[in-house]
Amino acid sequence: MIAWQETLFDVLKNNGVKLVTYVPDAGHADVIRRAHNDTSLRAVVLTTEEEGVAFACGAALGGERSVLLMQSSGVGNCINMLSLVSVGRFPFLTIVTMRGEWAEFNPWQVPMSQATQTVLEAMGVIVYRVSEADEVASIVDAAARFAFESEQAVAVLLAQKLIGRKQWTNEK
Amino acid sequence: MSNAKNLNRREVVKVLMTACPEALVIAGLGSSAYDLFAAGDRDLNFYLWGAMGGAASIGLGLALAQPGKAVIVLTGDGEQLMGLGSLATIGAQQPNNLSVVVLDNGHYGETGMQPSHTSLGANLAAVAAACGLAWTMDISEMSQITTLAEHINAKQACGLASIGVSADALPRALPNRDAVYLKNRFRAALKLPII
Repeated sequence: MIAWQETLFDVLKNNGVKLVTYVPDAGHADVIRRAHNDTSLRAVVLTTEEEGVAFACGAALGGERSVLLMQSSGVGNCINMLSLVSVGRFPFLTIVTMRGEWAEFNPWQVPMSQATQTVLEAMGVIVYRVSEADEVASIVDAAARFAFESEQAVAVLLAQKLIGRKQWTNEK
Repeated sequence: MSNAKNLNRREVVKVLMTACPEALVIAGLGSSAYDLFAAGDRDLNFYLWGAMGGAASIGLGLALAQPGKAVIVLTGDGEQLMGLGSLATIGAQQPNNLSVVVLDNGHYGETGMQPSHTSLGANLAAVAAACGLAWTMDISEMSQITTLAEHINAKQACGLASIGVSADALPRALPNRDAVYLKNRFRAALKLPII
């Protein structure tokens, strides 16, 4: 049984992604670690998610495929920069880990979480959602092909149910 | 201390581009884009008309995608102030071929010449140095542009130059504003496929 995180990483690599930008999230931790450990990829930590939107457009200008990893709260930080993606018809792929939608402990995560899909769609981003581990490969692959081959902006939301509950005790 | 802001921005950009004819250039919105266009339109110029705060991050993506080419981010103080965090991101990556060139007039020129933070105590070259960029320059004399061009063309380390330019409202020189066209001609000039 291959963990869905490994599947996600392999699908990104198989679609030619060479640059991985991210603002850290626990749900992305495995993929971030794999990206840093793989010499064929470059992992770039950001201070805020909108840098990753602009970065993706620059990478596309230079002929490389990139992906932006972020959590749902980060989508709000991207809104105006998504204008660049839209007006330039840049290929844009983001994988968004959802908080604030399922067994959430922290109410501060909820407002942006509940607005995430609406905000993305309002800015012209096509939204896919993954709720089960066995959907990861097909949906992420479809999203990557759509983004890079049709020059579309595509977000894949990874449901909080898929990622699992964040532990709020000291147990790891 | 911030640098004196007396240079003519059009002259600065003209001299810089003459000295860096091979560079890939991202121009921040407003006067920086007008200055780059006025210096001579070229396929390897990508002009922004929005995306404020994003120029340096676009430049970083481009620099990592094209590691053999010199990449210049030519932008204004207001645009760079909106993307201060991107300087920390560049410092963490150390792209040898990326240079950020700030045309610092200390004002928001497009919106009525309101003073910006670089007139109010902030120094972008000092911020860049603190973020770990390998070289920084505070430029107040035209003769320093030669040294800046040497840094850019050497592609040996990432850096930022803040060039003090006067806050004159010059006649606008308007580049094309169809980003799909600008993207496709840029990619074609790099011999990359168009969709």
